[in-house]
Amino acid sequence: MSDEYENKTGYQAQSSESITSSSIGSGVATDIDYVRPAENAEQDLYHGHSFITKWIFCQDAKVIGVQYFLLATFTGVIGLVLSWLMRLQLGFPGAAGFMTAEHYYQFVTMHGMIMVVYFLTALFLGGFGNYLIPLMVGARDMVFPYLNMVSFWSFFVAVAVLLASFFVPGGPTGSGWTLYPPQAILEGTPGSGMGIILMCVSLILFVAGFTMGGLNYLITILQARTRGMTLMRMPLTVWGIFTATVLAMLAFPALLVGSLMMMLDKLLATSFFMPTILKAGEILEYGGGSPILFQHLFWFFGHPEVYIVALPAFGIVSDLISVHSRKNIFGYRMMVWAIVGIGALSFFVWAHHMYVSGMNPWFGFFFATTTLIIAVPTAMKVYNWILTLWRGNIRLNVVMLWCLGFIVTFVNGGITGIFLGNVSVDVPLSDTYFVVAHFHMVMGIAPLMVIMGAVYHWFPLVAGRFLNETLGKWHFWLTFLGAYSIYFPMHYLGFIGVPRRYFEMYDSPYMTSAVGMNEFISTAAFIVGAAQFILIFNIIKTLKTGKPAGHNPWQANSLEWLTPSVPPEHGNWGEKLPVVHRWPYDFSVPGSREDFITQTTPPSDVKDSKVEKT
Amino acid sequence: MSDPKIEGFDLKPGFSGMAKDTASDQTMFKGVHWGKAMMWIFLLSDTFIFSCFLISYMKGRGSTMVEWPNASEVFGLHVFGVDVPLLLIAIMTFVLITSSGTMALAVKYGYERNKKMCGWLILATAIGGLTFVGMQAFEWSKLIHEGVRPWENPFGAPQFGSFFFMITGFHGTHVTFGVIFLFIYAYKTFAGHYDEGKRGWFTTMKGDYVEIEILGLYWHFVDLVWVFIFAFFYLW
Repeated sequence: MSDEYENKTGYQAQSSESITSSSIGSGVATDIDYVRPAENAEQDLYHGHSFITKWIFCQDAKVIGVQYFLLATFTGVIGLVLSWLMRLQLGFPGAAGFMTAEHYYQFVTMHGMIMVVYFLTALFLGGFGNYLIPLMVGARDMVFPYLNMVSFWSFFVAVAVLLASFFVPGGPTGSGWTLYPPQAILEGTPGSGMGIILMCVSLILFVAGFTMGGLNYLITILQARTRGMTLMRMPLTVWGIFTATVLAMLAFPALLVGSLMMMLDKLLATSFFMPTILKAGEILEYGGGSPILFQHLFWFFGHPEVYIVALPAFGIVSDLISVHSRKNIFGYRMMVWAIVGIGALSFFVWAHHMYVSGMNPWFGFFFATTTLIIAVPTAMKVYNWILTLWRGNIRLNVVMLWCLGFIVTFVNGGITGIFLGNVSVDVPLSDTYFVVAHFHMVMGIAPLMVIMGAVYHWFPLVAGRFLNETLGKWHFWLTFLGAYSIYFPMHYLGFIGVPRRYFEMYDSPYMTSAVGMNEFISTAAFIVGAAQFILIFNIIKTLKTGKPAGHNPWQANSLEWLTPSVPPEHGNWGEKLPVVHRWPYDFSVPGSREDFITQTTPPSDVKDSKVEKT
Repeated sequence: MSDPKIEGFDLKPGFSGMAKDTASDQTMFKGVHWGKAMMWIFLLSDTFIFSCFLISYMKGRGSTMVEWPNASEVFGLHVFGVDVPLLLIAIMTFVLITSSGTMALAVKYGYERNKKMCGWLILATAIGGLTFVGMQAFEWSKLIHEGVRPWENPFGAPQFGSFFFMITGFHGTHVTFGVIFLFIYAYKTFAGHYDEGKRGWFTTMKGDYVEIEILGLYWHFVDLVWVFIFAFFYLW
């Protein structure tokens, strides 16, 4: 927040010897446009020539980003189909003839794991991270392009192993996405043989691959920014992805260790997580381990994971709202500190997933307190988004609709989070549909809204053409209203006590009181799922007949729109790297010629306008 | 602190000045090679892995109902008619720490462009690491011979075997990978790849002596982790 542009007239006398060759021209102009010289040498890039090195084993972060995006979307569609099958069973029991209770548990497990890890995490960090980080910070590529390529292919193998578990004897694991031992590896749980082993292998591969990618994101952001791109001039997207990556680097180790130990429990009959178990009158060979230990390891990963998904969404939505309401983001520095603060706090809240696990009640007291503290930075962010919109010159296009949808669903899911963060409220609501409604609202639908907004926003950059607005509006309204129709009634189901993860309601009172609602929810789920195919149709249609976007179609300020060619080529910037003079939020500045001032506009160009000092 | 070319860039003392200073440079770590910064952050992540292992070990040791074996008996050696507790492990630790010393010297000679000394010292480090792994294999086979398995052991709690083999195995894998890379780097040093900036086999990045320092960071880290494993398994 440093380089100030005003009152610089007395400068030349100060240190004339250090003014470089650019001092030709008017003295004042060179002075106020001064940016410190580059600290990094020009990056050494490997340009692929064959089809394989250009599109398959590619080292260009943009191509890798698209690869991540497509593979994550593919697994996401599988997760969507699984959720359809689950809803079919819940809404219309017996309608899917082949489905047994075992299938249902397997679908629940795979749906959860796919959506959280292989879809949302890979999409935000692998997809948007790879595509946007080098462009937004003004680098030619990620700093370790080869490692970046290996990262994607590890992810590919991880997905392949995960999907292979559908075809092994016993099928995929059905222990719920939390994989709690002891039941995850005991007979009687579906997929307790090869299923759980493949799941653990796949997670370990994912963590290994992600570590390679994550190191790239962090070092690119910390060390490879362009001239003038100080940390406090980075778009919030980059801040969100950066903090999420830090979380991932520190949280995934716990998942790796937990998966490894679980695998050893299964393969070598160790007893890390396995207590003495009596089964049909017989003592099993296990004994002396601690199942709670796995829960601690899992949730030490699992809670930061929520923010690994949420923080990039926070960052991206801030940029989208700012661009499409033609206003600077309200409280930029507060937003940055809120992202960092949420990231730090997220490591101290994990046991709020374990209130009913039988841990020491004092733990619950501590973790409830830390959990509720997270509401403070999160609320700050929500207020700042609303204040950014306030009196803005809002373009109510599809991107903006998704952003508004995000704010609404996020507030909704956040408030139920405050319910569940309190031990005394959580205990009766635990393992009911209230929990399902809460986390789908806050980390399912809300980040998904941002992804959709981001797709409509950045598609003109990636493909050079606008997505169709009319189809986009259909897509948005069906998804938004449909998602509410799914998850809002689920809160009520939770209040009346309908337990989650049940294959059917058997002869319980819920059979009568919840049956109509379940039918309604399932119908809405089918419609929302089908509505997502509008986007796929839209993309295919746009690639053929879409309106060409040209340079900087949204009149945005950040660097990714300022590349010499659209879509950007390998190396991003042509001959010269851009030089940054300001933050990316100079919209509607009084006195400026246009309502946006790009990050590369030198101060001498906007002398008469009242730009923020950034 | 101030930048004479950018007026108004005066740093206030305290946290706000520090934040401004940190945020305003083009690079976060001034003059630090990208690969070196990457290794530091990777090691931070790896620290969390080993922390998770060791914390799980503490928890597992605390929660089992069976008595934990006595480390000085289990890990003792019978040499020349005397029982010496922790003899093997003392030698192993000495060898590994010594190899850290040779690694540090290799880095120094590398930056001095002393190809020969650098290469020999890397080779010495690699041989130290190999000795360590060899002695660890000996210790494993001794324990296995005595009936210790991941799922049981004759001395007490079965978790002893589980945690011992898992954690020393994970550490030993780290050392083994380090040794492999040390041999590769020794070859590259002797062949002069770092002097002429020859491109790597896979990554096509230009060679530089900084790579030796980066590998050195990894090697020192592996040694440091060993100190913790040593304390937790052999001295507790």
